[in-house]
Amino acid sequence: MSEDIKKFMYVNRRAPHGTIYAWESLEVVLIGAAFDQDVSVAFFDDGVYQLLKNQDTSDIETKNFSPTYAALGDYDVTKLYVEQESLEERGLTIDDLMDLKWEDEDEDWAEKDSIRVVSRAELSSVLDQQDVIFSF
Amino acid sequence: MSILHTVNKSPFEKSSVGSCLAHALEGSSILFYEDAVYAVLKGASIEPLVAGFDGVKLYALGADLKARGITDDKMIDGIEIVDYAGFVDLSAEHDKVQAWV
Amino acid sequence: MAIEVDGKSYEVDEEGYLVNLDDWVPGIANVMSAEDDLELGDEHWDIINFLREYYQEYQIAPAVRVLTKAVGKKLGKEKGNSKYLYALFPYGPGKQACRYAGLPKPTGCI
Repeated sequence: MSEDIKKFMYVNRRAPHGTIYAWESLEVVLIGAAFDQDVSVAFFDDGVYQLLKNQDTSDIETKNFSPTYAALGDYDVTKLYVEQESLEERGLTIDDLMDLKWEDEDEDWAEKDSIRVVSRAELSSVLDQQDVIFSF
Repeated sequence: MSILHTVNKSPFEKSSVGSCLAHALEGSSILFYEDAVYAVLKGASIEPLVAGFDGVKLYALGADLKARGITDDKMIDGIEIVDYAGFVDLSAEHDKVQAWV
Repeated sequence: MAIEVDGKSYEVDEEGYLVNLDDWVPGIANVMSAEDDLELGDEHWDIINFLREYYQEYQIAPAVRVLTKAVGKKLGKEKGNSKYLYALFPYGPGKQACRYAGLPKPTGCI
């Protein structure tokens, strides 16, 4: 089985709410998590907006899926790459993003950060290492 | 003749915000809504473009700011928040509406 | 489609899931389970309530393996296995318990 594990990356480059891409991507990530692959998710360009804190869609009457990102750890999706340059262009820092954690079963459920802020160059090389890329 | 410019596209994904800002004359107003509200974030690379206006009034739709987690402290100063009724009022107060879709 | 609970009608989809999550009352679970010839005990309610809390927090119904892991952590290791959950909900803990809890079909349910 183990030799069949592939590196899957989901690429998020769109802002949430204005279009359906962000939510569609999140649903596909959650469904795909059932396949026991080596999953990571990238957020760059407008995709970084998906992880902003304090999102509340009650007044625009659409599904508020921003709390769902916190469930990714339960689905063993623990590698969320966020591009530093994309944050900077948008006036954002990691402190503006949700504090997403996952619990490491092998270390007595120790809480670990899911978000990894990486440079554009680092992200490019992570992309390059993937077997499969899904783009949204 | 006063124009209300409305923009709903992310400033980083489409040229709508940039083009709107370039075409807005003194006495006109600009309303950011949907993904265009990201244009009001402080510290973004486009801030000098957005904040550099004299004689053009800037508005942002509150429901869209709230949905996207853009709280008051993250906004460029001088941008007025309006609700849906305010959107309607603005449309009525201006001679015409130019929608930068 | 709709189901009747205490004289009130609740809209459900073609698979029997409640259309409006906010409409849910415990009586809905009782009526749905009675239709499946299942009597709900405390252990069933633990799972149903757990699912509702999970949805409140994350806005999704968890996949079965996620539910299993989370139940084991919250309600004890002896309950965190699919054998226990399937014994309670023979049509599948994800689908059946989520339906009783008024949740949509689990995300990641394939």
